[in-house]
Amino acid sequence: MNPESRPQLDGKEKWHHFQKDDSAVSSRRRLVKGPPLLVFLALSLVGAALYALTLGPAAIPVEETVHILLERLPLVGRYWAQSWPTNHQVIIWDLRLPRVLLAILVGSSLAVAGAAMQGLFRNPLADPYILGVSARAALGASSAIVFKLNFQFFGLSTVPLAAFLGSLLAVFLVYQLGRTGTLLPVGTLLLAGVAVGSFFSALTSLLLVFFSDDLHQVFFWLLGGFSGRGWTHFLMVLPYGLLGQGAIYYYSRELNLTLLGEETALNLGVEVEKVRRQLLVVASLTAAASVAASGIIGFVGLIVPHLLRLLVGPDHRFLLPASALGGGLFLLLADTAARTLIPPTEIPVGTITAFFGAPFFLYLLRRRRYSGL
Amino acid sequence: MHLQIHGVVVSYQGKEVLKNLTLEVRRGDFLAIVGPNGSGKTTLLRTISRVLPPERGTVFLGGKDLARLSQKEVARHLGVVPQNQTAVPDFTVEEMVRLGRFPHQRRWQRESRRDEEVVRAALEVTGCLPLRERFFNELSGGEQQRVIIARALAQEPELLLLDEPTSHLDINYQQEILELLRDLSARRGLTVISVLHDLNLASHFADRLIMLGNGQIQAAGDPWAVLTPDNIRSVYQTEVLVVPHLLTGRPLVLLPPRGPVTSAETAGKAGGGYAEPPARRVAGLRGR
Repeated sequence: MNPESRPQLDGKEKWHHFQKDDSAVSSRRRLVKGPPLLVFLALSLVGAALYALTLGPAAIPVEETVHILLERLPLVGRYWAQSWPTNHQVIIWDLRLPRVLLAILVGSSLAVAGAAMQGLFRNPLADPYILGVSARAALGASSAIVFKLNFQFFGLSTVPLAAFLGSLLAVFLVYQLGRTGTLLPVGTLLLAGVAVGSFFSALTSLLLVFFSDDLHQVFFWLLGGFSGRGWTHFLMVLPYGLLGQGAIYYYSRELNLTLLGEETALNLGVEVEKVRRQLLVVASLTAAASVAASGIIGFVGLIVPHLLRLLVGPDHRFLLPASALGGGLFLLLADTAARTLIPPTEIPVGTITAFFGAPFFLYLLRRRRYSGL
Repeated sequence: MHLQIHGVVVSYQGKEVLKNLTLEVRRGDFLAIVGPNGSGKTTLLRTISRVLPPERGTVFLGGKDLARLSQKEVARHLGVVPQNQTAVPDFTVEEMVRLGRFPHQRRWQRESRRDEEVVRAALEVTGCLPLRERFFNELSGGEQQRVIIARALAQEPELLLLDEPTSHLDINYQQEILELLRDLSARRGLTVISVLHDLNLASHFADRLIMLGNGQIQAAGDPWAVLTPDNIRSVYQTEVLVVPHLLTGRPLVLLPPRGPVTSAETAGKAGGGYAEPPARRVAGLRGR
């Protein structure tokens, strides 16, 4: 098609037919601009991480923490003489750092997966578990615990592995149930997710009835937490977390267009079915990997993207990275609170995040005239 | 020939909605599609826009088989303005129109200067420039419709499809939008195909009309050829009066009163606006 033959818009023609409109000023403004918010979140995250490393039963001062961290860096490390107790080094490197990093990784993965789900389903109440990922993982994990399949497999205990496999099975099942031919209608998917999720939850409960001695252990796993998680957990989730978030970010523009409705997105050039399929699988897997490592932590994937959307707007090119940073920050703070609030007891992280859930929904209720995403 | 539709058959849930339809549209035409509800107007639009692929037959745009193009390519040639927009998230007007550049953008690039120019031109042509910072959801129906048109124009399409763009708008907005469309087709060579519910609006603004009935084209041609009492009677099952419009000379379709009416009654009710009291019966009066 000859480009010159295209009807050109040169904008020189003034439109005089339209009557004067009302003021050009909106009644409300977006609160924050994208880039400054990202910088702010990134800095806060680093600061919070550093601070979290200093907290614990053995309080380690900040400078010492920084030195311990820097010491391992190839070039810079030599400048500090080793002037701290070795057990502090172990605490930082083997106990706290992996935990902090894992909390950030899981938080960001859940938040980004949640944002993707909210965009795909055009529903601000969607979360990463919407396809029943959590129920399947729960069944997988409970089975592992209950049937005493507690051995090491590549340095990773079977519980996370079983949980992850359970989730994979779940996603596959829901996908098969929810599709008609190659189409993935949203409503059917949701129903399939609920159906399979309920079924698996029921199975889990049944399992617990018969093996009630393990109730305690399963319960704690279900509530979610980072205690005792080390480098193996972090490294297991890392590829899924990074690749998953990257893949979701790849479709930022398409997600923006999907918000307009399926047919409009099609008309604007988005291959809706293909994008939806890929995003659903990726988001579910990312969530599944997180659940495998740390149990079912709710509300992060729901609250973080939703709040950030109120701040930066629905453009996913900003919303997704903001969710990643915000989610990481949120879960990091939650986990730090979980392990330092009532020492030496650890409150499950899921409980802390749930505490934020109630006020959040109350807030939503109060803003009811706010419609749409 | 810009758009060619050959023998297209479209079924929906087992029922044939479009039956062996053939149509040709020239570049720069403003074609109006009229017809009663259920005659297949929206289906025809959706077939052209490729949302609904036909069972049989082909659609050619500029000589290319539409079925062979990728979704993005179609979007580069063809813009669609639906009847109404479902609830939209918090986009500003400018953001909405920018979304229309998607078919032309590569994945990782930011908005280019060209993109910004096209968006600005689209906003200006539709009179939306003063609205650009406002949130789409806060606008009136007419304003929102203009923004949607701007977004479609930002795609830089050669063909613009509209589904009843004015049915829920006040008459001032109706006039504005239809004049805009006529302008774009007459002066800039944009091919416009619009489903129009109102026969008189179609007559007033379009160059050519097709009247659909029962999934087939019952009449096609210029307004006088299509808007005849015979055509309207066979498609709509109703008697009408067709007279030349006082100012434009185009056919004006009037609904005569049923049954005898005295001038006193109508004068009291209507209170003016009639050229003459409609006291004469239908029989004996024909258009032209």
